[in-house]
Amino acid sequence: MTLLITVAAVSIGVVLGVPLVVGLRAKNFLVRLVSRGLVDLIRGIPAIVWLFIIYFGVSIGAFRFDSTMAAIVGLGLISAAYFAEIYRGGISAVDMGQWEAGNALGVNRWTTFAQIVGPQAFRVSVPSMTSYAISLLKDSSIASTIGVTEIVFFTTQDARSNDGGLTVYILAAAIYLALSVPLALLARRLDASLRKKVSR
Amino acid sequence: MSVIADWIEWLPALAGGLWLSVRITAVSLIVGLPIGLLLAVMASSQNRMARTVSVVIVEIGRGAPALVVLQLFYFGLPSVGITLSSFVAAGSALALTTAAFTSEILRAGLQAVPPGEVEACKTLGVSPRDTLRFVVIPQGLRIALPALMGFSILIFQATSLTFTIAVPELLSQAYSIGATTFNYLSVLVLAGLLYAMITIPASWLVVSTEKKMSRHLSYAR
Repeated sequence: MTLLITVAAVSIGVVLGVPLVVGLRAKNFLVRLVSRGLVDLIRGIPAIVWLFIIYFGVSIGAFRFDSTMAAIVGLGLISAAYFAEIYRGGISAVDMGQWEAGNALGVNRWTTFAQIVGPQAFRVSVPSMTSYAISLLKDSSIASTIGVTEIVFFTTQDARSNDGGLTVYILAAAIYLALSVPLALLARRLDASLRKKVSR
Repeated sequence: MSVIADWIEWLPALAGGLWLSVRITAVSLIVGLPIGLLLAVMASSQNRMARTVSVVIVEIGRGAPALVVLQLFYFGLPSVGITLSSFVAAGSALALTTAAFTSEILRAGLQAVPPGEVEACKTLGVSPRDTLRFVVIPQGLRIALPALMGFSILIFQATSLTFTIAVPELLSQAYSIGATTFNYLSVLVLAGLLYAMITIPASWLVVSTEKKMSRHLSYAR
Protein backbone atom coordinates (compact mmCIF):
# COMPACT_ATOMS: atom_id res chain seq x y z
CA MET A 1 0.00 0.00 0.00
CA THR A 2 2.84 2.35 0.87
CA LEU A 3 4.42 1.63 -2.50
CA LEU A 4 1.13 1.99 -4.38
CA ILE A 5 0.46 5.43 -2.90
CA THR A 6 4.02 6.58 -3.51
CA VAL A 7 4.13 5.40 -7.12
CA ALA A 8 0.68 6.81 -7.91
CA ALA A 9 1.42 10.17 -6.30
CA VAL A 10 4.80 10.49 -8.01
CA SER A 11 3.22 9.66 -11.39
CA ILE A 12 0.56 12.33 -10.90
CA GLY A 13 3.23 14.79 -9.78
CA VAL A 14 5.59 14.12 -12.70
CA VAL A 15 2.78 14.74 -15.20
CA LEU A 16 0.92 17.61 -13.50
CA GLY A 17 4.18 19.34 -12.67
CA VAL A 18 4.70 20.08 -16.38
CA PRO A 19 1.64 22.34 -16.95
CA LEU A 20 2.41 24.02 -13.63
CA VAL A 21 5.95 24.86 -14.63
CA VAL A 22 4.74 26.08 -18.02
CA GLY A 23 2.37 28.33 -16.08
CA LEU A 24 5.19 29.53 -13.82
CA ARG A 25 7.18 30.60 -16.86
CA ALA A 26 4.27 31.97 -18.89
CA LYS A 27 4.52 35.38 -20.52
CA ASN A 28 1.04 36.29 -19.30
CA PHE A 29 1.30 37.97 -15.91
CA LEU A 30 -2.05 36.61 -14.68
CA VAL A 31 -1.23 33.00 -15.58
CA ARG A 32 2.10 33.36 -13.83
CA LEU A 33 0.50 34.86 -10.73
CA VAL A 34 -2.11 32.09 -10.49
CA SER A 35 0.42 29.28 -10.94
CA ARG A 36 2.81 30.84 -8.43
CA GLY A 37 -0.02 31.25 -5.93
CA LEU A 38 -1.14 27.67 -6.47
CA VAL A 39 2.35 26.23 -6.03
CA ASP A 40 3.05 28.34 -2.93
CA LEU A 41 -0.28 27.49 -1.35
CA ILE A 42 0.10 23.76 -1.99
CA ARG A 43 3.62 23.75 -0.61
CA GLY A 44 2.82 26.07 2.27
CA ILE A 45 0.18 23.87 3.85
CA PRO A 46 1.33 20.65 5.55
CA ALA A 47 0.55 17.43 3.69
CA ILE A 48 -1.51 16.03 6.56
CA VAL A 49 -3.77 19.11 6.44
CA TRP A 50 -4.32 18.59 2.70
CA LEU A 51 -5.23 14.95 3.28
CA PHE A 52 -7.70 15.97 5.99
CA ILE A 53 -9.26 18.63 3.78
CA ILE A 54 -9.67 16.16 0.93
CA TYR A 55 -10.80 13.22 3.04
CA PHE A 56 -13.03 14.89 5.64
CA GLY A 57 -13.83 18.13 3.89
CA VAL A 58 -14.72 17.29 0.33
CA SER A 59 -18.18 15.87 -0.12
CA ILE A 60 -19.93 16.84 -3.31
CA GLY A 61 -23.46 15.52 -2.94
CA ALA A 62 -23.08 11.86 -2.08
CA PHE A 63 -19.58 11.74 -3.48
CA ARG A 64 -16.68 11.32 -1.12
CA PHE A 65 -13.15 10.12 -1.63
CA ASP A 66 -12.29 6.81 -0.05
CA SER A 67 -9.15 7.01 2.04
CA THR A 68 -6.73 5.58 -0.51
CA MET A 69 -8.03 7.85 -3.26
CA ALA A 70 -7.83 10.85 -0.95
CA ALA A 71 -4.23 10.01 -0.06
CA ILE A 72 -3.25 9.57 -3.72
CA VAL A 73 -4.98 12.77 -4.83
CA GLY A 74 -3.57 14.81 -1.93
CA LEU A 75 -0.01 13.57 -2.17
CA GLY A 76 -0.24 13.74 -5.99
CA LEU A 77 -1.17 17.44 -5.85
CA ILE A 78 1.64 18.17 -3.43
CA SER A 79 4.08 16.26 -5.63
CA ALA A 80 2.93 18.27 -8.64
CA ALA A 81 3.81 21.51 -6.86
CA TYR A 82 7.19 20.20 -5.76
CA PHE A 83 7.96 18.78 -9.20
CA ALA A 84 7.03 22.11 -10.79
CA GLU A 85 9.67 23.78 -8.60
CA ILE A 86 12.20 21.07 -9.46
CA TYR A 87 11.52 21.49 -13.19
CA ARG A 88 11.82 25.25 -12.83
CA GLY A 89 15.27 24.78 -11.34
CA GLY A 90 16.14 22.35 -14.12
CA ILE A 91 14.99 24.72 -16.85
CA SER A 92 16.96 27.63 -15.47
CA ALA A 93 20.02 25.35 -15.34
CA VAL A 94 19.85 24.93 -19.11
CA ASP A 95 22.02 27.49 -20.83
CA MET A 96 20.20 30.60 -22.10
CA GLY A 97 22.07 30.16 -25.36
CA GLN A 98 19.89 27.16 -26.17
CA TRP A 99 16.79 29.37 -26.19
CA GLU A 100 18.58 31.98 -28.26
CA ALA A 101 19.85 29.37 -30.71
CA GLY A 102 16.33 28.01 -31.10
CA ASN A 103 15.07 31.52 -31.71
CA ALA A 104 17.85 32.28 -34.20
CA LEU A 105 17.03 29.13 -36.15
CA GLY A 106 13.40 30.18 -36.38
CA VAL A 107 12.15 27.44 -34.04
CA ASN A 108 9.16 28.76 -32.12
CA ARG A 109 9.19 29.08 -28.34
CA TRP A 110 6.99 26.09 -27.67
CA THR A 111 8.98 23.72 -29.87
CA THR A 112 12.21 24.99 -28.38
CA PHE A 113 10.83 24.18 -24.95
CA ALA A 114 9.40 20.77 -25.85
CA GLN A 115 12.23 19.49 -28.02
CA ILE A 116 15.39 21.27 -26.96
CA VAL A 117 15.28 22.74 -23.46
CA GLY A 118 12.74 20.36 -21.90
CA PRO A 119 14.70 17.11 -22.34
CA GLN A 120 17.88 18.70 -21.04
CA ALA A 121 16.07 20.21 -18.07
CA PHE A 122 14.53 16.83 -17.33
CA ARG A 123 17.93 15.23 -17.21
CA VAL A 124 19.23 17.91 -14.83
CA SER A 125 16.16 17.40 -12.63
CA VAL A 126 16.56 13.65 -12.18
CA PRO A 127 18.59 13.71 -8.94
CA SER A 128 16.13 16.08 -7.23
CA MET A 129 13.20 14.09 -8.54
CA THR A 130 14.47 10.82 -7.15
CA SER A 131 15.30 12.32 -3.79
CA TYR A 132 11.81 13.83 -3.68
CA ALA A 133 10.31 10.43 -4.50
CA ILE A 134 12.22 8.89 -1.61
CA SER A 135 11.02 11.53 0.81
CA LEU A 136 7.47 10.98 -0.46
CA LEU A 137 7.84 7.28 0.35
CA LYS A 138 8.28 8.35 3.95
CA ASP A 139 5.62 11.06 3.81
CA SER A 140 3.11 8.48 2.60
CA SER A 141 3.14 7.29 6.23
CA ILE A 142 0.75 10.12 7.06
CA ALA A 143 -1.92 8.39 4.98
CA SER A 144 -2.37 6.13 8.01
CA THR A 145 -4.06 9.06 9.77
CA ILE A 146 -7.00 8.91 7.37
CA GLY A 147 -7.21 5.14 7.65
CA VAL A 148 -5.20 3.89 4.70
CA THR A 149 -3.90 0.45 5.59
CA GLU A 150 -0.21 1.08 4.96
CA ILE A 151 2.87 0.33 7.07
CA VAL A 152 2.22 2.72 9.96
CA PHE A 153 -1.45 1.78 10.12
CA PHE A 154 -0.60 -1.86 10.78
CA THR A 155 2.16 -0.83 13.16
CA THR A 156 -0.22 1.19 15.31
CA GLN A 157 -2.78 -1.59 15.26
CA ASP A 158 -0.18 -4.12 16.31
CA ALA A 159 1.21 -1.89 19.02
CA ARG A 160 -2.25 -1.46 20.50
CA SER A 161 -3.10 -5.14 20.60
CA ASN A 162 0.19 -6.31 22.13
CA ASP A 163 1.68 -4.04 24.71
CA GLY A 164 5.27 -4.49 23.54
CA GLY A 165 5.02 -1.45 21.31
CA LEU A 166 8.66 -0.54 20.91
CA THR A 167 9.74 -3.49 18.76
CA VAL A 168 6.89 -2.97 16.31
CA TYR A 169 7.85 0.66 15.74
CA ILE A 170 11.51 -0.20 15.34
CA LEU A 171 10.47 -2.83 12.81
CA ALA A 172 8.40 -0.25 10.93
CA ALA A 173 11.35 2.14 10.86
CA ALA A 174 13.55 -0.70 9.60
CA ILE A 175 11.09 -1.45 6.78
CA TYR A 176 11.20 2.18 5.63
CA LEU A 177 14.99 2.10 5.77
CA ALA A 178 15.02 -1.17 3.83
CA LEU A 179 12.84 0.47 1.16
CA SER A 180 14.55 3.84 0.94
CA VAL A 181 18.22 2.82 1.05
CA PRO A 182 18.07 0.58 -2.09
CA LEU A 183 16.02 3.28 -3.81
CA ALA A 184 18.69 5.84 -3.00
CA LEU A 185 21.39 3.55 -4.40
CA LEU A 186 19.30 2.96 -7.53
CA ALA A 187 18.80 6.70 -7.92
CA ARG A 188 22.51 7.29 -7.69
CA ARG A 189 23.18 4.70 -10.38
CA LEU A 190 20.48 6.15 -12.66
CA ASP A 191 22.00 9.60 -12.28
CA ALA A 192 25.47 8.26 -13.01
CA SER A 193 24.33 6.48 -16.17
CA LEU A 194 22.45 9.56 -17.39
CA ARG A 195 25.54 11.62 -16.73
CA LYS A 196 27.67 9.23 -18.74
CA LYS A 197 25.29 9.54 -21.67
CA VAL A 198 25.66 13.30 -21.84
CA SER A 199 29.30 13.54 -20.84
CA ARG A 200 30.66 16.61 -22.47
CA MET B 1 -21.59 35.46 5.40
CA SER B 2 -21.84 32.65 7.88
CA VAL B 3 -18.44 31.30 6.86
CA ILE B 4 -16.73 34.47 8.05
CA ALA B 5 -18.74 34.43 11.29
CA ASP B 6 -17.74 30.81 11.87
CA TRP B 7 -14.12 31.59 11.20
CA ILE B 8 -14.13 34.49 13.64
CA GLU B 9 -15.68 32.23 16.26
CA TRP B 10 -13.07 29.50 15.72
CA LEU B 11 -10.07 31.76 15.44
CA PRO B 12 -9.18 31.95 19.17
CA ALA B 13 -9.00 28.14 19.53
CA LEU B 14 -7.02 27.82 16.33
CA ALA B 15 -4.68 30.65 17.30
CA GLY B 16 -3.94 28.81 20.56
CA GLY B 17 -3.14 25.71 18.52
CA LEU B 18 -0.94 27.71 16.18
CA TRP B 19 1.02 29.12 19.10
CA LEU B 20 1.63 25.58 20.37
CA SER B 21 2.82 24.55 16.88
CA VAL B 22 5.26 27.44 16.92
CA ARG B 23 6.50 26.45 20.39
CA ILE B 24 7.09 22.85 19.32
CA THR B 25 9.00 24.13 16.29
CA ALA B 26 11.14 26.33 18.54
CA VAL B 27 11.90 23.49 20.96
CA SER B 28 12.89 21.08 18.20
CA LEU B 29 15.14 23.66 16.58
CA ILE B 30 16.77 24.75 19.84
CA VAL B 31 17.46 21.16 20.86
CA GLY B 32 18.07 19.75 17.39
CA LEU B 33 20.41 22.32 15.87
CA PRO B 34 23.31 21.95 18.35
CA ILE B 35 23.05 18.16 18.04
CA GLY B 36 23.02 18.55 14.27
CA LEU B 37 26.16 20.67 14.41
CA LEU B 38 27.85 18.10 16.64
CA LEU B 39 26.89 15.32 14.22
CA ALA B 40 28.19 17.38 11.30
CA VAL B 41 31.54 17.96 12.99
CA MET B 42 31.71 14.27 13.93
CA ALA B 43 30.97 13.26 10.33
CA SER B 44 34.04 15.08 9.10
CA SER B 45 36.30 14.08 12.00
CA GLN B 46 39.46 11.98 11.68
CA ASN B 47 38.19 9.46 14.21
CA ARG B 48 36.56 6.53 12.43
CA MET B 49 34.40 5.66 15.44
CA ALA B 50 32.92 9.16 15.64
CA ARG B 51 32.25 9.14 11.91
CA THR B 52 30.43 5.83 12.05
CA VAL B 53 28.27 6.85 15.00
CA SER B 54 27.30 10.07 13.28
CA VAL B 55 26.45 8.38 9.97
CA VAL B 56 24.29 5.76 11.69
CA ILE B 57 22.32 8.34 13.68
CA VAL B 58 21.84 10.57 10.64
CA GLU B 59 20.77 7.74 8.36
CA ILE B 60 18.23 6.43 10.86
CA GLY B 61 16.92 9.92 11.55
CA ARG B 62 16.52 10.64 7.86
CA GLY B 63 15.45 7.18 6.76
CA ALA B 64 12.57 6.70 9.17
CA PRO B 65 9.50 8.91 8.62
CA ALA B 66 8.98 11.62 11.24
CA LEU B 67 5.58 10.11 11.96
CA VAL B 68 7.13 6.76 12.88
CA VAL B 69 9.72 8.43 15.12
CA LEU B 70 6.96 10.42 16.84
CA GLN B 71 4.83 7.36 17.49
CA LEU B 72 7.86 5.37 18.58
CA PHE B 73 8.64 7.99 21.22
CA TYR B 74 5.07 8.32 22.41
CA PHE B 75 3.57 4.84 22.06
CA GLY B 76 6.72 2.71 21.91
CA LEU B 77 8.93 3.97 24.73
CA PRO B 78 6.40 3.36 27.54
CA SER B 79 6.85 -0.37 26.97
CA VAL B 80 10.45 -0.05 28.19
CA GLY B 81 9.38 2.10 31.12
CA ILE B 82 9.94 5.57 29.65
CA THR B 83 6.70 7.53 29.54
CA LEU B 84 6.84 10.96 27.96
CA SER B 85 4.12 13.56 27.91
CA SER B 86 2.87 14.24 24.42
CA PHE B 87 4.59 17.64 24.27
CA VAL B 88 7.95 16.23 25.37
CA ALA B 89 7.60 13.29 22.98
CA ALA B 90 6.76 15.66 20.13
CA GLY B 91 9.66 17.98 20.95
CA SER B 92 12.23 15.24 21.29
CA ALA B 93 11.12 13.24 18.24
CA LEU B 94 11.13 16.30 16.02
CA ALA B 95 14.45 17.38 17.57
CA LEU B 96 15.95 14.06 16.47
CA THR B 97 14.63 14.57 12.94
CA THR B 98 15.94 18.13 12.99
CA ALA B 99 19.36 16.97 14.15
CA ALA B 100 19.60 14.36 11.41
CA PHE B 101 18.55 16.67 8.58
CA THR B 102 20.42 19.78 9.73
CA SER B 103 23.61 17.80 10.21
CA GLU B 104 23.63 17.12 6.46
CA ILE B 105 22.92 20.78 5.70
CA LEU B 106 25.63 21.92 8.13
CA ARG B 107 28.11 19.36 6.81
CA ALA B 108 27.66 20.78 3.34
CA GLY B 109 28.16 24.27 4.79
CA LEU B 110 31.33 23.27 6.64
CA GLN B 111 32.71 21.60 3.54
CA ALA B 112 32.07 24.73 1.50
CA VAL B 113 34.64 26.58 3.58
CA PRO B 114 37.79 26.63 1.39
CA PRO B 115 40.30 23.99 2.59
CA GLY B 116 43.04 26.59 2.13
CA GLU B 117 41.79 28.33 5.27
CA VAL B 118 42.21 25.18 7.33
CA GLU B 119 45.69 24.70 5.90
CA ALA B 120 46.49 28.34 6.67
CA CYS B 121 45.45 27.79 10.30
CA LYS B 122 47.66 24.72 10.49
CA THR B 123 50.60 26.70 9.14
CA LEU B 124 49.96 29.46 11.66
CA GLY B 125 49.90 26.93 14.48
CA VAL B 126 46.23 27.36 15.36
CA SER B 127 44.95 24.26 17.16
CA PRO B 128 42.40 22.12 15.30
CA ARG B 129 39.78 23.02 17.91
CA ASP B 130 40.29 26.75 17.50
CA THR B 131 40.31 26.34 13.72
CA LEU B 132 36.89 24.73 13.93
CA ARG B 133 35.60 27.16 16.54
CA PHE B 134 36.78 30.47 15.06
CA VAL B 135 37.30 29.79 11.36
CA VAL B 136 35.29 26.89 9.95
CA ILE B 137 32.07 26.88 11.98
CA PRO B 138 31.24 30.63 11.74
CA GLN B 139 31.66 30.60 7.96
CA GLY B 140 29.98 27.22 7.52
CA LEU B 141 26.96 28.41 9.51
CA ARG B 142 26.68 31.49 7.34
CA ILE B 143 26.75 29.41 4.16
CA ALA B 144 24.19 26.98 5.57
CA LEU B 145 21.81 29.68 6.82
CA PRO B 146 19.31 29.80 3.93
CA ALA B 147 19.03 26.01 3.82
CA LEU B 148 18.55 25.92 7.59
CA MET B 149 15.77 28.48 7.36
CA GLY B 150 14.12 26.43 4.63
CA PHE B 151 14.33 23.39 6.85
CA SER B 152 12.75 25.29 9.76
CA ILE B 153 9.70 25.86 7.56
CA LEU B 154 9.49 22.13 6.90
CA ILE B 155 9.74 21.30 10.60
CA PHE B 156 6.99 23.82 11.33
CA GLN B 157 4.83 21.95 8.84
CA ALA B 158 5.87 18.67 10.43
CA THR B 159 4.44 19.78 13.79
CA SER B 160 1.05 19.00 12.26
CA LEU B 161 2.03 15.32 12.57
CA THR B 162 1.99 15.63 16.36
CA PHE B 163 -1.78 15.60 15.97
CA THR B 164 -1.45 11.81 15.96
CA ILE B 165 0.00 11.76 19.48
CA ALA B 166 -2.68 14.03 20.91
CA VAL B 167 -0.76 17.30 21.06
CA PRO B 168 -3.45 20.00 20.95
CA GLU B 169 -1.76 21.96 18.14
CA LEU B 170 -3.35 23.73 15.20
CA LEU B 171 -4.49 20.68 13.27
CA SER B 172 -5.97 18.88 16.27
CA GLN B 173 -7.84 22.04 17.29
CA ALA B 174 -9.25 22.28 13.78
CA TYR B 175 -10.13 18.60 13.74
CA SER B 176 -11.95 18.72 17.05
CA ILE B 177 -13.94 21.77 15.95
CA GLY B 178 -14.76 19.83 12.77
CA ALA B 179 -15.86 16.85 14.82
CA THR B 180 -18.31 18.91 16.86
CA THR B 181 -19.69 21.15 14.10
CA PHE B 182 -19.40 18.69 11.18
CA ASN B 183 -18.06 21.59 9.22
CA TYR B 184 -14.77 19.90 8.39
CA LEU B 185 -14.12 21.64 5.10
CA SER B 186 -14.47 25.17 6.41
CA VAL B 187 -12.41 24.76 9.58
CA LEU B 188 -9.69 22.70 7.89
CA VAL B 189 -9.35 25.29 5.14
CA LEU B 190 -8.99 27.98 7.81
CA ALA B 191 -6.30 25.90 9.53
CA GLY B 192 -4.54 25.43 6.20
CA LEU B 193 -4.60 29.18 5.58
CA LEU B 194 -3.12 29.79 9.03
CA TYR B 195 -0.25 27.43 8.20
CA ALA B 196 0.22 29.14 4.84
CA MET B 197 0.15 32.54 6.53
CA ILE B 198 3.36 31.58 8.32
CA THR B 199 5.09 29.39 5.77
CA ILE B 200 4.67 31.56 2.66
CA PRO B 201 6.10 34.81 4.10
CA ALA B 202 8.82 32.70 5.74
CA SER B 203 9.77 31.29 2.36
CA TRP B 204 10.01 34.81 0.95
CA LEU B 205 12.38 35.58 3.80
CA VAL B 206 14.51 32.59 2.80
CA VAL B 207 14.71 33.78 -0.80
CA SER B 208 15.67 37.31 0.23
CA THR B 209 18.31 36.00 2.64
CA GLU B 210 19.72 33.85 -0.13
CA LYS B 211 19.95 36.88 -2.40
CA LYS B 212 21.46 39.05 0.28
CA MET B 213 24.11 36.49 1.10
CA SER B 214 25.16 35.91 -2.48
CA ARG B 215 25.30 39.63 -3.23
CA HIS B 216 29.05 39.84 -2.69
CA LEU B 217 29.58 36.83 -4.95
CA SER B 218 29.16 38.85 -8.10
CA TYR B 219 31.22 36.36 -10.09
CA ALA B 220 28.68 33.64 -9.29
CA ARG B 221 26.03 35.00 -11.58
